[in-house]
Amino acid sequence: MKFTKEHEWAKLEGGIVTVGITDYAAHQLGDVVFVELPAVGSKVTMGATFGTIESVKTVSDMYAPVGGEVVGVNEDLESNPALVNESPLDAGWIVKIKVADAKEFDQLLSEDDYKKICE
Amino acid sequence: MNKTPLCAVHEKHGGRMIDFSGWYMPVQYSSIIEEHNTVREAAGLFDLFHMGEFWLTGPDALKNVQKIVTQDAEALSDRQIAYSPMCRPDGSIVDDLLVYRWNAEKFLLVVNASNMEKDFNWIKSQLEGDVKFTDESAKTGLIAIQGPKAEAILQKLTRQRLKPIKFYWFTSGKVVDVDCIISRTGYTGEEGFELYYAAEHSEKLWNALMEAGKDDGLKPIGLGARDTLRLEARLMLYGNDISDNTTPIEANLNWTVKFNKGAFNGSDVLKKQKDQGVTKTLVGFELAKGPAARHGYPIVKDGAKVGEVTSGTMAPALKKNIGLGYVPPALSAIGTILDIEIRGKNYPATVIETPFYTRARS
Repeated sequence: MKFTKEHEWAKLEGGIVTVGITDYAAHQLGDVVFVELPAVGSKVTMGATFGTIESVKTVSDMYAPVGGEVVGVNEDLESNPALVNESPLDAGWIVKIKVADAKEFDQLLSEDDYKKICE
Repeated sequence: MNKTPLCAVHEKHGGRMIDFSGWYMPVQYSSIIEEHNTVREAAGLFDLFHMGEFWLTGPDALKNVQKIVTQDAEALSDRQIAYSPMCRPDGSIVDDLLVYRWNAEKFLLVVNASNMEKDFNWIKSQLEGDVKFTDESAKTGLIAIQGPKAEAILQKLTRQRLKPIKFYWFTSGKVVDVDCIISRTGYTGEEGFELYYAAEHSEKLWNALMEAGKDDGLKPIGLGARDTLRLEARLMLYGNDISDNTTPIEANLNWTVKFNKGAFNGSDVLKKQKDQGVTKTLVGFELAKGPAARHGYPIVKDGAKVGEVTSGTMAPALKKNIGLGYVPPALSAIGTILDIEIRGKNYPATVIETPFYTRARS
């Protein structure tokens, strides 16, 4: 699992990167009440916004850790956005991106480097 | 940043501290939604030390109160309270406040923390005759206990009988051994009380209340839930729903404007607005599922901007997105469909009755 300084995690399996927000980010945001997901089939660019996540008090952009095509979104978040708080690294995942350039994934932060950002 | 005497207590409870108009205050402890529902279902405790407490005393106190607020303080009984806007002669709102009447020569005015200095200077500039005006905010603690269990919890700590205190009335008495003003008021839409006392007793009072309420599920509540609670009950937030650029008539606070008491600051302009109509009026709306409406978002009709959202949130007890905003009166009827522009996209919203939430009365 890799991380971004915008507090997302990314996991690469068979050319597909699953993306969510970190435990730290979920805790900082507080109760998530809405997640605006991209359309399946849309293209995203590394570092560009692909969606929005809202807590009771805040609205935050989410940034694509890698570029590529959105091949899946977590539709459970539409009815239960609190999954992001309950299980940010698992059931609260947000999108799956078919990575265009695997080198982009390699550039992401390691867990140790990410932890330093959160301190 | 200003700190409340309960700062260390909030940190101990796990409060996430933020800067709220210069005050170091807890925005939440566990979760805004959980805290919100605790107040709706059990009881919550709020540290409101940051609010301002001004005293107006002397033979001409009543006359001055009558001039500066839109409510009728002469019609109040002793120990009764009024919620009132305070207007300038042009009808614009300086602040909204609570007016506590001891008697015709003694009033307590409770004002918003963010407006304290502005209010003090404004009131001072308006005073006439034999009256003394003091700011006791720094010495005065304020704790609110709100929710269906609030009365039972507070009753454990005071010999003063709470049941006979009616909504928007107060008494004085000891809670534990601390002298308090015990006021049946609040900013949540629930039953509850607010206690004013000498600030040095803050920890003792807070801890006694927490202990007395532990079996009833009493929890500390942060500013985040305070905002969602007040919005469900359509209670105004100064700086959002009312401001220097709005009047009580525009805000649909007509019930707080008492024209039959004689002239007061703003009475001419407000009377004219009441008789001839306004150009904007505050409405409540709900949105279909999706993103929340928030302060400053455009309200759109047929592609043209017609107003702005003043407050908006996901409403935890109602489980839907609600908001308030100013629109032209022609678009204010219940059932009117508007759009809220959120990040460049329009989302339909329907004008609905307010308050959004009303507690079940026992």
